[in-house]
Amino acid sequence: MSARDNILKRLRERADGPLTAPQSDFGVVTGRGWGQAERLARFERWITSVHGEVVHTSRDAWTSTLAEVLEAKGIRRLALGREHPVAAEARAALAERGVALIDADRDIEAWQREQFHDTEAGLTSTRGAIAETGSLWLWPTPDEPRLLSLVPPIHIAVLDADTIEDTFFDVIERHGWADDMPTNALLVSGPSKTADIEQTLAYGVHGPRELVVLVRNAEERV
Amino acid sequence: MSAAHEPVQTFTPRDFHRQAHDALGNPQIRANFRRAMDGLMAKRRDVFSDWDLETLRELGANIRLRALARLPDLLERLEANCQANGIQVHWAENGDEACRIIREICQRHEAKAVIKGKSMVSEEMHLNAHLEAAGIEALESDLGEYLVQLNEQTPSHIIMPAIHLNTDEISEIMHDKTGIERTRDVDTMTAAARAQLRERFMGADVGISGVNFAVAETGTLCLVENEGNGRMTTAVPPVHIAVTGIEKVVEHLRDVPPLYALLTRSATGQHVTTYFNMISSPRKEGEHDGPKEVHLVLVDSGRSNIYQDDELLDTLRCIRCGACMNHCPVYTRVGGHTYGTTYPGPIGSILMPHMMGLEQTKDLPTASSLCGACGEVCPVKIPIPDLLVRLRRESVGEGRGNVPGAGVKRTKKEASAWKGFQWLATHPGVWRSGTAMVGKLQALMPAKLGAWTEYRTAPKPAKTSLHALVKRHQAERAGGEERS
Repeated sequence: MSARDNILKRLRERADGPLTAPQSDFGVVTGRGWGQAERLARFERWITSVHGEVVHTSRDAWTSTLAEVLEAKGIRRLALGREHPVAAEARAALAERGVALIDADRDIEAWQREQFHDTEAGLTSTRGAIAETGSLWLWPTPDEPRLLSLVPPIHIAVLDADTIEDTFFDVIERHGWADDMPTNALLVSGPSKTADIEQTLAYGVHGPRELVVLVRNAEERV
Repeated sequence: MSAAHEPVQTFTPRDFHRQAHDALGNPQIRANFRRAMDGLMAKRRDVFSDWDLETLRELGANIRLRALARLPDLLERLEANCQANGIQVHWAENGDEACRIIREICQRHEAKAVIKGKSMVSEEMHLNAHLEAAGIEALESDLGEYLVQLNEQTPSHIIMPAIHLNTDEISEIMHDKTGIERTRDVDTMTAAARAQLRERFMGADVGISGVNFAVAETGTLCLVENEGNGRMTTAVPPVHIAVTGIEKVVEHLRDVPPLYALLTRSATGQHVTTYFNMISSPRKEGEHDGPKEVHLVLVDSGRSNIYQDDELLDTLRCIRCGACMNHCPVYTRVGGHTYGTTYPGPIGSILMPHMMGLEQTKDLPTASSLCGACGEVCPVKIPIPDLLVRLRRESVGEGRGNVPGAGVKRTKKEASAWKGFQWLATHPGVWRSGTAMVGKLQALMPAKLGAWTEYRTAPKPAKTSLHALVKRHQAERAGGEERS
């Protein structure tokens, strides 16, 4: 018999007999009932508490805000997708601004060293966020691959304020994750960090040193 | 001046007492652990302050119990869904078999260098040594694991592997082994490690990671981390091998958020970790990065044996947060290496006897004052103190005899001493005259009583037993009442 058959047989022929599975009540991880303003406030409080930066903007003016962030941080080389409206609008707006736009929708084998060494920031869209923990929800795509939010030293993420849910449980349930899991689903809550050297917090150990969230509010807020 | 220059020390659970003695006499170890554990306990308390913690723990325990109740079915479902997603699934009866499976995958890809995300199961099977013997370099990428590996040590904590080292020691290690300037600046050291490891990520042929939760419903592997090395390990090299114990499976995707909420808060007092990485397939047609092959290795290593017994089963609920060690007065004083096992602290003391047998680990279930802190903080409500007592019983041959090495501590002398005590205590006449005699002969009490008098003076039997005192008191009171 194979290891598989042996293991399953031992589990099925359990000495103390079959076990009964209890019912689960998930009430404690859902039903927060926060309004949109409350959700945004909580998201911002939590993500900034772990060193994430939040910049408020609007749907109309967000590319100007992006340009300002790039300038303020001295970013000259930005990797981004092409097809997602976030990438398309950013490309259009940045075309004349002296920022080199690096195509992220290429096989990694063709540009790994460039991505690791010569990319100053990565721009991604987000699918939403979680108020309770200050987490961004990303499903990488061929247009915005997995490493785009990880390898460049700065990650700039664009979030629409009305896509924030109360809890992680709510995100999974409301958006039917279980029916349609992508290759890689991610929650990102702040820049990469470690406390492995005597519990002293340090940012940017393997992933981005900085995470900037451009929050697009439906109407002008800035 | 530091651990970096001391000869490599190997620890074994057989030498627990000597190792504990050494650690207790080491002010550096004492201070490093005390400071770290105090901080972790305070952070955990704060982060749960606005939660209905009992209800959440109840749900966590309940989800894990449900997964265990359906374990064989869920493992088959996990396998089927992973395979449907393109993940190759392997089963291993023990660590050696798992090592062989992983080595063969590496060899099939002619791998020379492997980069590792944190995986305690891989520590359990000594995977790095196995791969290195086959000429494959295995490099740890979690910063703490990297430092411990540079220092030729093993992790001293399951979440914070380098917690036994302080900044000066780490500075010395990085200087010695990687050639950077000595510095006390944590950002400088972190940046140096980042640069060193990024090169290694790019050059790695295979990435090996653990798994925090494996979701049967969707065939998804979940990894919890802060550093991003887990994402690098699972996305940069062309092959990803995930290795996990068979108990890590959960039934539904919705079972994950409560366990994740409990895990990060219990482990490090964080409300969330930087990354929650959910992997459901290798790189698909049209995708531009991620591994082209993903393997899942399911390891038994004694788990299906634990599974047989209704009481021991609770051991398998564990989600590896480390809260039990953070709150353990013994762990805090002796540190993780003293236990000489992959998993130290209370969870190690109830898990390792099953993996290594009680012959090797007989001292671990007694490395506890049974204060109960571990059971109180466990996010999935494992009754750790009860399990410690159960293993103590097993080790002296008074349990069910279904733990490897059961009865190893049984001695004729001790067994007959307790038999004698049992006879005495159930014969009141003999007992009373016996205790009266002991009171009279108190001067003959020996001053040295083995381990008991190592740090204490020997107890002295009272002249008059409590029983006799009560009797006398009652007689006096009765006499007084009659007179009044």
